[in-house]
Amino acid sequence: MIAPGDEAGFASAIDAAAAARTPLTIEGLGSKGGFLRPTQTADTLSTRNFAGIPLYAPQELIITARAGTTLAAVEAKLDEGGQHLIAEPPQYAFLDAPDQTIGGIVAANLSGPRRIAWGAMRDHLMGIRAATGRGEIIRSGGRVLKNVTGLDLCKLFAGSYGTLGVITELTLKILPKPEATGTVMIRGLRPDDAVRALSVALGSPFSVSGAAYLPQEAAMAVGFENTVTIARIEDFAASVAYRTEALAGLLKKFGPADILDTPASLTLWRAVRDAEPLPIQPGDAVWKISVRPSYGASILHAGHAAGLFGYLDWGGGLVFLTGPATDEAHAAVIAAARRAKGEWWLLRAPERLRLSEDAMPRIPPGLAAIRQRVVAAFDPAGILNPGRMFAA
Amino acid sequence: MISLPKPKADVLARRDAVHQGLRAIMRDRGVITDPTKLKPYETDGLSAYRQMPLAVVLPETTEDVAAILRFCHENGVRVVPRGAGTSLAGGALPLEDAVVIGMMRMNRIVEVNYRDRYAVVQAGVTNLGITKAVEADGFFYAPDPSSQLACMIGGNIGMNSGGAHCLKYGVTANNVLGIKLVTIEGEILELGGTHLDTAGYDWLGIVIGSEGQLGIATEITVRILRAPEGTRAMLAAFDGNEVAGACVDAIISSGIIPVALEFMDRPAIHACEAFAHAGYPLDAEAMLIIEVEGSVAEQDWLLGRIKEICARFNPISLKVSQSAEESAAIWKGRKGAFGAVGRISPDYLCMDGTIPTSTLPLVLRRIGEMSAQYGLQVANIFHAGDGNLHPLIMFDANDPASMHKAEAFGADILCLCVEVGGCLTGEHGVGVEKRDLMRVQFTEIELEQQRRVKSAFDPEWLLNTAKVFPLQPGTASAGPDALPQAA
Repeated sequence: MIAPGDEAGFASAIDAAAAARTPLTIEGLGSKGGFLRPTQTADTLSTRNFAGIPLYAPQELIITARAGTTLAAVEAKLDEGGQHLIAEPPQYAFLDAPDQTIGGIVAANLSGPRRIAWGAMRDHLMGIRAATGRGEIIRSGGRVLKNVTGLDLCKLFAGSYGTLGVITELTLKILPKPEATGTVMIRGLRPDDAVRALSVALGSPFSVSGAAYLPQEAAMAVGFENTVTIARIEDFAASVAYRTEALAGLLKKFGPADILDTPASLTLWRAVRDAEPLPIQPGDAVWKISVRPSYGASILHAGHAAGLFGYLDWGGGLVFLTGPATDEAHAAVIAAARRAKGEWWLLRAPERLRLSEDAMPRIPPGLAAIRQRVVAAFDPAGILNPGRMFAA
Repeated sequence: MISLPKPKADVLARRDAVHQGLRAIMRDRGVITDPTKLKPYETDGLSAYRQMPLAVVLPETTEDVAAILRFCHENGVRVVPRGAGTSLAGGALPLEDAVVIGMMRMNRIVEVNYRDRYAVVQAGVTNLGITKAVEADGFFYAPDPSSQLACMIGGNIGMNSGGAHCLKYGVTANNVLGIKLVTIEGEILELGGTHLDTAGYDWLGIVIGSEGQLGIATEITVRILRAPEGTRAMLAAFDGNEVAGACVDAIISSGIIPVALEFMDRPAIHACEAFAHAGYPLDAEAMLIIEVEGSVAEQDWLLGRIKEICARFNPISLKVSQSAEESAAIWKGRKGAFGAVGRISPDYLCMDGTIPTSTLPLVLRRIGEMSAQYGLQVANIFHAGDGNLHPLIMFDANDPASMHKAEAFGADILCLCVEVGGCLTGEHGVGVEKRDLMRVQFTEIELEQQRRVKSAFDPEWLLNTAKVFPLQPGTASAGPDALPQAA
């Protein structure tokens, strides 16, 4: 493993690999090695030794971190200023990893429940420095909230899984932590009614920042006996008190609501964020599906018919499913996502399935040609994480 | 003066054939070739630059756009996409050898879905038109550029437009779920959809803000949001820019993210007050407009806290709006700022750069010094929450020396923005206006990487040529090397 301690080290490692045409696996701490397709390379280039926070400007609502900085270290730093990462990136329970790097989270564009109200990781990525597959260091974006100078290459890097270049440093927009968090919870709803209730909540003027549904198996995994439909509000304490009451009133046609206080809410939403409600067995696969919210319930039904269990976040727009890592289950997930005009990711599975099957939807031919040219623009020798997103 | 590329002689020689080809595609509708009728298209919001295009085509469907682009691609004809023509950076400035594709006839709201909170609209729908279509049901489309009454969503995609409310709700890129994009080869791509996250690369992210360099957006799926229970604005006036800047920092550090936080300096206050009679304090050096939202009780509480914070900075005056009418008056002054400055100066250049907010006092001081040095007045209007400056440089276009000085002054301000850690443009785009300054912000390696991405979408560089990237003969990259500069 090559793990440079400075930026030039990334450029020269990539340069050498490009000259020798030997592909590299790009990673941080390796926590997401189970996502998508495995790479088969001679060497690994890791950001793990390139850590630190060169800039934290609370009044400007920004933080700059080197890619190898752990999520925990970034969060600890922000905690000092009473601030947090807006997209509340998950630390998935099924990763079996103690921590992740901030570079890895951005490269995978991972966002938690707040995505529905405040945007994804990519929405808060303001600037990057990266070593491209040409062994060149480039900057894109910057440290200001609004920037339309030239092509926004930052966005391409968010969600690119290290296939265009190695992000070496990144600047994120951050926000003050809310004073309080409250949750309106309705028990016992069926999936269709739950999504309808969440749609009413998200269509209300009360700034709902989390909207999830846990069917019975998922609810039981986090200590409830029956299904729960939950909507979160984060703000100043007085606002949270007022808005949760008002929201419970608005939702009363769906059933009586409980209101969870700040500590109970924080615990529950951390679990939802980290996919803890998934009833995962050893050897099981995990899929993530992004759809229009009103199709979420139908995906749960289709999953159930294929022997899979899961839950809904993002008002129904994000479906987690888990179950046996079989070709049939995989095909069922793809079919359900396709029927709903949504997209899917294979987040965990034994290597056999990840090598033999697609790990995300194939790209239509017109876009695939552009994709190929874009990859070549950054990594002409094709040495960065080949096969990670799509079969090479 | 900004130079434009030499037109392709072979294309000019085929003018009639190009016109005929376009008419055949458009079934004789919506093709403009008559010089008198082309006149309105010769410039955009950067009216100092004018150029008659080869033709203007007004497509009505995505398929029209695809057929036109395919034709232009096959015939090596350059294309300039155009929305409402409100670009202040010359983003829609025509070229003599280019076909302008005007999107204004594609102005239909295709679908509104409240349950999933999105709307599908054609590129020629105005920004405000989206909100108008959903506001009766309590919803709105969040990004709100000052030109929102006129500017079109397709242009907003091109420039990744923002506005006063971005601090809370983000810019265009944060509010778009899907784009139907037509490539120069005439291929129709569906990027994103009606869901939040898309597998693979973030194509929406690279297309939004690409200034028509990568394709033409014909249909856009935007997120619509439920409007808050109410909003209310307040004014806080100070006797110095520095103290007003410190007050902005204190508000944000307190955990309050106002829905808007606008900063105006003394010349801007005076110009806007003379125009809108909004009750702005004329004895102030700097003024903040702060807007909050929520229920009436929440507004009271938040404005009360903000008043307490402002009070720590010895304000000259604090005025909390007591009604929707008073709030509207406060915004009328701000939203009318460009028109207001137009009343006190024959012409003005509206600059657009972004700075780290901590450098605000330094930047305003340096702009003041430059104003004295150039002998040109400047009014500063500023999205203080996000560091987006809009200095309005006043000059007289009938005096070439004055215009030349104004442009040099503007360039100095933008270089200053980059020097303090900001960027050349926050929301207007690079267009032709800032094209030659790109080297101030980017290294040649960085520019070359952007050019390669442009080439991946548009290998022959036919789309909005001569915008965004500095013209440079003799490089190895596709595109610009084929663009000899005008003598």
